[in-house]
Amino acid sequence: MAETSGQKADCRPFASTHGEKNQKMTVKRILPLGLLFVLILFPLMVRDDYQQHLMILVLMWVVIGSGWNVIAGYTGQVSFGDAAFFGTGAYTAGLFAYKLGISAWWAMAFGGVMAMAVALPFGWICFRLKGAYFALATLALNEVMRHVATLWESLTDGMVGILIMQTFVSKVPYYYIALALAAVSVLSIEMIMGSKWGYYFVSIREDEDAAESLGIDTHFYKMVSLNIAAFLTGMAGSLYMNYMGFIDPEVVFSLHDISIMAILVGIVGGVGTLYGPVVGAFVMVAVHEFFRTGFFGFFNTLAVLTGSDVVHVVAGYVMQAHVLGFGILVVVVILLLPNGIVGDWEKMMGTLSSVRKKGMAG
Amino acid sequence: MEVFLQTLVAGILKGGLYSLIGIGMTLIMGVMGIINLAHGQLMMVAMYVTFVCFHYLGIDPYLALFISAPLLFVLGMVIQKYTLNPLMEVESLLPENQVLMTVGIGMVLTEIARFVFGSDYRSLKTSYSSSAFYLGEISFSVALTAAFFLAVAFTVFMFWFLLKTDMGRSIRAVGQDKDAASLMGVNPRRITIITFGIGAALVAVAGTLLMPLYYLFPDIGGPFTRKAFVITILGGLGSTVGAIFGGVTLGLAESFGATYIGMAYDDMIGLLIFLLVLLFLPGGFKRLTKI
Amino acid sequence: MSLFEVRGLVKHFGGLAAVNNVSFKVHKGEILGLIGPNGSGKTTIFNLISNYHRPTRGTIHFKGRNITGLKTHRISRLGIGRTFQIVKPLGRMTVLDNVIAAAFAKVATKAQARDLALETLAFCSFEHRKEVLAKTLSIGERKRLEIARVMATQPELLLLDETAAGLNPLELEGAIELIKKIRDKGVSIIIVEHIMKVMMTISDRIHAISFGETIAEGTPHEVANNAAVIEAYLGKEYAEGS
Repeated sequence: MAETSGQKADCRPFASTHGEKNQKMTVKRILPLGLLFVLILFPLMVRDDYQQHLMILVLMWVVIGSGWNVIAGYTGQVSFGDAAFFGTGAYTAGLFAYKLGISAWWAMAFGGVMAMAVALPFGWICFRLKGAYFALATLALNEVMRHVATLWESLTDGMVGILIMQTFVSKVPYYYIALALAAVSVLSIEMIMGSKWGYYFVSIREDEDAAESLGIDTHFYKMVSLNIAAFLTGMAGSLYMNYMGFIDPEVVFSLHDISIMAILVGIVGGVGTLYGPVVGAFVMVAVHEFFRTGFFGFFNTLAVLTGSDVVHVVAGYVMQAHVLGFGILVVVVILLLPNGIVGDWEKMMGTLSSVRKKGMAG
Repeated sequence: MEVFLQTLVAGILKGGLYSLIGIGMTLIMGVMGIINLAHGQLMMVAMYVTFVCFHYLGIDPYLALFISAPLLFVLGMVIQKYTLNPLMEVESLLPENQVLMTVGIGMVLTEIARFVFGSDYRSLKTSYSSSAFYLGEISFSVALTAAFFLAVAFTVFMFWFLLKTDMGRSIRAVGQDKDAASLMGVNPRRITIITFGIGAALVAVAGTLLMPLYYLFPDIGGPFTRKAFVITILGGLGSTVGAIFGGVTLGLAESFGATYIGMAYDDMIGLLIFLLVLLFLPGGFKRLTKI
Repeated sequence: MSLFEVRGLVKHFGGLAAVNNVSFKVHKGEILGLIGPNGSGKTTIFNLISNYHRPTRGTIHFKGRNITGLKTHRISRLGIGRTFQIVKPLGRMTVLDNVIAAAFAKVATKAQARDLALETLAFCSFEHRKEVLAKTLSIGERKRLEIARVMATQPELLLLDETAAGLNPLELEGAIELIKKIRDKGVSIIIVEHIMKVMMTISDRIHAISFGETIAEGTPHEVANNAAVIEAYLGKEYAEGS
């Protein structure tokens, strides 16, 4: 049997859905259920506002990352502009409340639908573009949407943004809504990937011409995939609007903070895997906070402890440079873990165990 | 009529500089298939170098060229060698990892600039920065005109380099067929490193020449990267002549857009052109040319 | 009425006529061989039939219906399947998943698709490799996968593009066996080959092409002895000699 050398990039998207009983499958089922259980109990055990806020962000990124994974990871059409959908969802929710006086919660569903309204014509026109060109087009879409939101002041109030009354004071209800959204996202994607659509998406990724020859309407299914991603991301945007109470074009249509972050969540976690985005969301939010708070306030604490001015200054620098740290992280991750944590799991385990062995021997 | 001519002139002059940005990027894209989303950031680095040269060393921008271009050449080579070439070895699910890598690099460059220089706007005022000369009723900014002619000179040089020198031919060979080129004794990896370096150096020249005309701040990279794309796509990947055409077209579009529609819209215009070209003219104007 | 017909098929690429006024019919249950030297336009004809390229002129008819210009996936759904000269495995999916993806053209649920896929793999004697990732297959196995995959779409007409190229003698025997089995199942076949042994053995009729034009048509024996065919393959001296 001819073996490929070098790093493997298989993801066996359908291994778990073959109905064959094996050890791995049982573990794969228990772990996520266990995680879900912990997540449900989380706000009851952890009362700290800040940590609840972080978890809400994590859950939001699970949704966005999963959406990106559908179009990019499974269908192979990499999107660099998911913020276009996120922002559309956010603005839909915001405008519902601000202009129409309807509770922004109604807009949650509409946020997804409006995002699809953007995805439909875009996909229709741009799916004829191949690979990197498509990626560039999504980038352009992102920027166009941002400009539209900024310039169409009569609708969106432009740079001023939208401010609405938040429904809940406590974070807990938002948490559970986010959790529900995240769980539903992952579950529906699991179902979809185990069905005809799933097979069609991956076939398109692997070889579009071959897929066409097997009776797969590649244009249609690329559209379906994109709309799934748009819907989920739009919903996340609407949730964001409801939760934060304030948005503006720079925040919700941000290329770096939303679109690139979505890609990172997908890539770090593991492209084309079901739980990759989940892992990715946890890791990326943690890392982002880690840098933003200067190693979780480590430097600040150190400064206080030592009473040293120098450390204070350094702490200031570190926190200022958090985006820099983030950028370096991107570079490093892509170099070392191109298939993400879940995708390169075996590779990671291999490296760790060999390090451990060395430690024991020496 | 006068306004029209003025706008036209401004557009063409700017277009000349844009062409330099475009040529650098199209080389990189055409030869290595690398979408360099850090192109504008490289230019930003060159602009800061120029700024430092002027403010701390008293060197005029036109002389600073001899510092910024080689510096960026080396930086470009380092980037290609240590971050992009390794990616080509690794098989991963998505070929777009390379694009993402350039995004990361762009972020790093921007943040380092912010770290060192802060977010304040910087500018460079030379004795000739605001002076202009007149041909009839039309004013020509001295700085922009000089930059234009220098840009033309560099472009001509690039043509000569690509067509007449061995290195230039090797680069074009790798761009057409990497495997065939390597079978003929060309080392593709070395060529990609040099090509990225050249691309960076070219955009450094553009940046240095533009420095007297723009306000400089760390985030200026992003918009320039976008412009670079529009130019490259307009002209066709890997086509140097196309990049010239694309650069001038964008210069004109922005100029006319700013005059007749409004300042805030010039970014949008670029974007729309970009989308339109992607959709309707996917090959750009490459078909008409040899390089 | 024949099952399938192309009439006056022409394809220009720029100034070059890759296919120039080709017509032929395929009757139900027969195997039509399409032969010609390299570059004669055989694969282009296949690409025209499945609409990877649109014909410049000419029409294509299937079961009495004009299918010229229909989208590729539509043509597949109508019952015309094809394999590719340069094989296109869905690399990061298993053999079984490759065939399941194809099977969804005919059935709706995953369970049904799986059953159809397993059945098809058994038919193609390829079941033993079903859990293997497609990209790790040898060239002979990849060609077999191409066939298994397209068979899962249950075509009535099958276009086989150079199925035998690159196979060792043992694999070649297996391939010929499989093709005969497919024909016995009732599938009509157009087979493009330039390995003579394969063509002569299994074709009912042969249509010979050179430089995009028809040069002969008839039984294998007739065509093999046709002067124009010999000239096209072996040159003028041989033709005059025979």
